[in-house]
Amino acid sequence: MSIEPPSLPLSRSEVVDRYFLEHRAKVLDIAAFLDRVDRAKGGTEEDDFRVRSLRASISLLLDGDGDRTKRILDLLSDPSDQPIDKAPMKGATGAWDGFEGDAEGSTG
Amino acid sequence: MYIDPHVHMVSRTTDDYERMAIAGCVAITEPAFWAGYDRSSPKGFHDYFSVLTDTEPKRAAQYGIAHHTWLCINPKEAEDPVFAREVIDIIPDFLERENVLGIGEIGLNKNSRNELEILEAHLQLAADHDQMVLVHTPHLEDKRKGTRLIMDAIRNHGVIDPNRVLIDHVEEHTVRDVLDRGFWAGMTLYPDTKCTPQRAADIFEMHGTDRLWINSAGDWGPSDPLAVPKCRDEMRRRGHLEATIRKVSFDNPKEFLSQTGRFRTDVQPTR
Repeated sequence: MSIEPPSLPLSRSEVVDRYFLEHRAKVLDIAAFLDRVDRAKGGTEEDDFRVRSLRASISLLLDGDGDRTKRILDLLSDPSDQPIDKAPMKGATGAWDGFEGDAEGSTG
Repeated sequence: MYIDPHVHMVSRTTDDYERMAIAGCVAITEPAFWAGYDRSSPKGFHDYFSVLTDTEPKRAAQYGIAHHTWLCINPKEAEDPVFAREVIDIIPDFLERENVLGIGEIGLNKNSRNELEILEAHLQLAADHDQMVLVHTPHLEDKRKGTRLIMDAIRNHGVIDPNRVLIDHVEEHTVRDVLDRGFWAGMTLYPDTKCTPQRAADIFEMHGTDRLWINSAGDWGPSDPLAVPKCRDEMRRRGHLEATIRKVSFDNPKEFLSQTGRFRTDVQPTR
């Protein structure tokens, strides 16, 4: 028997009460990470596609639209659609190394 | 009572079996995977498949957990197609073992042509032996593209019924496509690189609970073999019905896996 999709049973204030502190801490972690990148010696943040992708992801959080998680995952994804010739490594970096967007969220 | 339909117990201690049993786990399925290193010969895989079909079921049974497995060469070891085909050739020797549910976890890792060739060889193996399929989708930036390539490969093969395929490790950007194409979908609960229990609960609320399950994929990396009961707890804290929680953590995996005719949840502890 199929059960109807469950809607979120919590009110907006209950969601905030329950999850605010956890996500306050996560925002501070992001801020501290970006400060750490700025303080670190050698290179520039613009050289690293991961930091560029992260800054662009943050701008999506604030654009007022929904589906933030999906849109950030899309932004971090390889947009091509054909197999590559050979696997360069086994692991993954978490962001597409061809990303050319900027801190304003443009994906170039 | 719950099922963890994707967990790599060869990488976990017996203490984990005990903790899972205490948390209510009654059955697991363990797909063949990359063990953190490349095996040097097909004999290495023969030994691995023996562990999955003999050693682990006995270890799990001590704690009343029914152990099942899926066999393949993982896409992380598929870049050498000649080697991969030698491994595929020994899989039929194990398919009649009583805890083998099908072929898995097959799929793609970096979305290379060699990986795709070996994925297609696995699909043919599944078709030739009327086996169900458990699919691994790539990590992080490679996931969306790889998920689409995998679904296209299954469609192009033409013989495999999507209702007998579970596509695992879905996230917000892949779950809808997978369900809309008629496949089952799995969400893996990882601390950093896949879904958290909270996001999995969100996805149920946004996409429904049909043909969708949760798993821990506990292995040798950062992972949590108790992730499924933690997601159940998250849903319970939000006020979801017990029937809903049971559906995603027991009924759904049981319905999908029972298509094999070999899935069971009734093992008595042997220790």
